[in-house]
Amino acid sequence: MAVTTATPNALTNGRLPRLAPWAILLGSWAVVAVVMGLFTLAGTVGEFSLVGTIFFGTILYGVAIYVVSLSVEGRRQAVDRLVTALVLTAFIIALLPLVSLLTTVVANGTARFDLDFFTMSQRNVVGAGGGALHAIVGTLLMTGVATLISVPIGLMTAVYLVEYGRGALARAITFLVDVMTGIPSIVAGLFAYAMFALIFGPGVRMGFAGAVALSVLMIPVVVRACEELLKLVPNELREASYALGVPKWLTITKVVLPTSIAGITTGVMLAISRVIGETAPLLLVAGFTQSMNYDPFDGRMQSLPVFVFTSYANQGTDGAAYIERAWAGALTLIVIVMVLNLAARLIARIFAPKLGR
Amino acid sequence: MTGAALPAPRITAKQRPGDRIFSSAAVLAGSLILVTLAAVTIFLIAQGIPGILAEPGETTILRDRDFWSYVGPLAFGTLWAAALALVMATPLSVGIALFISHFAPRRLAQVLGYVIDLLAAVPSVVFGLWGGLVLAPLVRPMYAWLTENAGWIPIFNGQASATGRTILTAAIVLAVMILPIMTAINREVFLQTPRLHEEAALALGSTRWEMIRMAVLPFGRAGMVSAAMLGLGRALGETMAVAMVLSPSTVVSFFVLGSTNPNTIAANIALSFPEAYGAGVNVLIATGLVLFVVTFVVNALARYVVNRRREFSGAN
Repeated sequence: MAVTTATPNALTNGRLPRLAPWAILLGSWAVVAVVMGLFTLAGTVGEFSLVGTIFFGTILYGVAIYVVSLSVEGRRQAVDRLVTALVLTAFIIALLPLVSLLTTVVANGTARFDLDFFTMSQRNVVGAGGGALHAIVGTLLMTGVATLISVPIGLMTAVYLVEYGRGALARAITFLVDVMTGIPSIVAGLFAYAMFALIFGPGVRMGFAGAVALSVLMIPVVVRACEELLKLVPNELREASYALGVPKWLTITKVVLPTSIAGITTGVMLAISRVIGETAPLLLVAGFTQSMNYDPFDGRMQSLPVFVFTSYANQGTDGAAYIERAWAGALTLIVIVMVLNLAARLIARIFAPKLGR
Repeated sequence: MTGAALPAPRITAKQRPGDRIFSSAAVLAGSLILVTLAAVTIFLIAQGIPGILAEPGETTILRDRDFWSYVGPLAFGTLWAAALALVMATPLSVGIALFISHFAPRRLAQVLGYVIDLLAAVPSVVFGLWGGLVLAPLVRPMYAWLTENAGWIPIFNGQASATGRTILTAAIVLAVMILPIMTAINREVFLQTPRLHEEAALALGSTRWEMIRMAVLPFGRAGMVSAAMLGLGRALGETMAVAMVLSPSTVVSFFVLGSTNPNTIAANIALSFPEAYGAGVNVLIATGLVLFVVTFVVNALARYVVNRRREFSGAN
């Protein structure tokens, strides 16, 4: 009579079963939950904290998986499992602020997300009521003027770097564009103030100065994005154009730029979404005001980020109303930035030239 | 039969006016970048020099200090907050980049990359609002616990703040803000590791962590350094998050949980500029100049490190 013994499976020998890590994770959470519950009942801990349970449970999981894996699989596999746990925890930790931020902004911002908010300014409003129309109009005006300044300069610089630049000037420009991406936004604001103070005298506050500060921040982003895209255009297109006798400037404007126009649009929209949230330079040179201002060359102009900041920092009599307006302004900002980002990526996906077969 | 062969006539291309105008416009636009940066430096220096040379007692901002004892604590605060943020963000960004490039399933990796990039899209003023109104009350009990139980560590030794608006909270917000850019660079670098090295390590029987340790991390060392320096540059210049989260005072202290915190240069400018007048404005511009120089040096160093190893590091 044959004695049947299970032949050991060489592939799973000395390894933890596939679902073992999940089981150990749930087990450590359960253990910590029970311990927390006992502490709460005994009165050592004030109240049962879910966050604390998950936090200590995850620490316990790290220790447990290492010990279990060490005994079954060996030291190398144990370290590997521990690192996997650490890396996953790092990712979750990075997600927590994002989730917390988005939920708080949406939860608190919808309180004042009403018609008043988008149709009234803060003129003569003390306490509750009023809206952010002056801020929204100011943001659109200043960002629009900044785009008008930055896109031509940025695009032509990218054209120079890709099509013409071959020497020291091109190297210097590349290095300086890199440096410009690192200028703190407040330094750009100080520069705009210093320049306009020289012309108009100290204490100048102007929407146009804010636009200039924003364009200092925007130009390097536009240059970088356009440069990448212009480099992506295949050289065969340019060579075919030259072979037909088309002058260089017509080649660039009629062949290269239309090919990369989708990407350029995307880059410009991403640059806009980056500067539309800049507060510090606008706080310095555009100032803040309660009334509508449609003229970029005349006096202070409110903008949405500065509106959020002043509602938070300079609260009036009814503090809660100011905070509510701040949250609503923050929600508006986030919605604008997200819409711009998504639209930019969609345009890039849909309208990009299909290179190759 | 042949004498000296005549040199062939040089062929010069016809210079079309359209070409001339267009290329001049391109060169002009490029030079405008140089001019702008030079203008920034010149204007800041021109308006900042009166501030640096201001006598104590001349302005309300300086009160009875000279410029360097005014900017000293601010510079300390800037560097201290940025260092705290960097210490928190670097291991996290390396971990997240490793997760996205080597641990996550392929289809999920791109989506996860977008999610982390979402953090980069949030404006800094919204981070400041969240930090001041949500994070500060949340961490306050933790600070109280730390001062009671971990007070022997020098940075936790003191009286915990009652509002939670301390430099550690500001550093946490800064860390969250510099995380996306550092993660993006690290992710690029880790994805550029030569597949052959990775597969060779795996073929020799290494676990995934051993493969990463042997093939990915050494290859990406320059990229990780440059990511850290770029994050540092960003953290040094961040204004609104610190201005809205910190409760500032002029003090040089390493205690991170208290209510007297050193302010940063950028936040100080943002808070003091609206009411400043006369020579006070020059003082603030001079502090901005100091900040500009520091971030310039950090960024230039980071780009130099990347460019030096460009062929090897893969980070572009």
